Amino acid sequence: MQELFNIFIKSIFVDNMVFAYFLGMCSYLAVSKTVNTSVGLGIAVVFVLGITVPVDYLLNEYVLKPGAMAWLDPSFAEMDLSFLSFILFIAIIASMVQLVEMIVEKFSPSLYSSLGIFLPLIAVNCAILGGSLFMQEREYQSLGQATAFGIGSGIGWFLAIVGIAAIREKIRYSHIPKPLRGLGITFILTGLMGIAFMSFLGIKL
Amino acid sequence: MSTEKQEREPLFSAKNRKLLTSPINLNNPITVQVLGICSALAVTAKIKPAFVMALSVIVVTAFSNLIISLLRNGIPPRIRIIVQLVVIAALVIVVDQLLKAFVYDVSKQLSVFVGLIITNCIIMGRLEAFAMGNKPWPSFLDGIGNGLGYGMILLMVGFTRELFGSGTIWGFHVIPESFYELGYRNNGFMILPPMALILVGIIIWIQRSRNPELVEEN
Repeated sequence: MQELFNIFIKSIFVDNMVFAYFLGMCSYLAVSKTVNTSVGLGIAVVFVLGITVPVDYLLNEYVLKPGAMAWLDPSFAEMDLSFLSFILFIAIIASMVQLVEMIVEKFSPSLYSSLGIFLPLIAVNCAILGGSLFMQEREYQSLGQATAFGIGSGIGWFLAIVGIAAIREKIRYSHIPKPLRGLGITFILTGLMGIAFMSFLGIKL
Repeated sequence: MSTEKQEREPLFSAKNRKLLTSPINLNNPITVQVLGICSALAVTAKIKPAFVMALSVIVVTAFSNLIISLLRNGIPPRIRIIVQLVVIAALVIVVDQLLKAFVYDVSKQLSVFVGLIITNCIIMGRLEAFAMGNKPWPSFLDGIGNGLGYGMILLMVGFTRELFGSGTIWGFHVIPESFYELGYRNNGFMILPPMALILVGIIIWIQRSRNPELVEEN
């Protein structure tokens, strides 16, 4: 249990998706103009990461890993399908996003309307595919660990986008050199936030 | 015969040249279109991985643009995203296998970021914005141009970070020993992730103060 908690905290603060690996920057920069929309997108990312990482974990464990197909037939023990992982992961992500969209629309129309167009956009958010690829590279041991990692990374991303949106709402009234307005200052602010998050680096969990 | 020749556009007409050069400055994918930042920053601590990454992205953008442009009249609009993703993913798998075969150490350093070329917004963005509505050859050039614009920023950031961060360029020491004896220190901060963001911010600043038409309102 403690191990799961460690992975969870570590993926939120130490290995933050945005500040340590720059994942999901495109939507992070494009959608962070107001706090409300960024909260919506953040929740959607937590949701989708929490589902796709465990599903991709199962796929990796039982189909893709070298020797993973052995459960089907001992003669497959030599098989290594890991070169297919990109195409299968992205297919899983695209279909999971579609599925999540339909389920949310059916059971919680209010959440659906508040997430709006963000749900389908998430299929091409690098943070989602990145989550699955990191899960594969770091070789998590169990489904629980993969889930903790997925949800933790999502929450890390959520914190980052809500933080930058709040700052961008404030700096609208400050005097920024003209050429630096908009994109430039957002980059520099993200860098400064990244420095702040680096203070978690020394923490051993 | 001769009239037909006159109607045909030369391979490198002014318009086609512009497709190749405009993404390098005024229409740069990273600093102006804000596409593909995800992978741009994480691989720039050293020049070598940045260069390999830039090359891979150029190959993938150029060929995915070419393929989608060839297929553009046959793709039903409702499923075009899936078709595009499949084409991109197939190309990325080829690139990934080639990197693993020929430059294994760099491929290890790039780790997941080669795979993340699939979700690199430059590629999807150019497919949607250009290749779906243009002939194969201009699309191919547009792909190369955008890849180059992306690669240029990567190399600029990579060069600065490696020079000031570890005092090397492409792995070779360029800052003489005598500097270190005088008390010069490598700026270890340059190697850390946040510095890449700040450097890109500064590049945007310089570019926009030289091209005032790019300045945003807030």
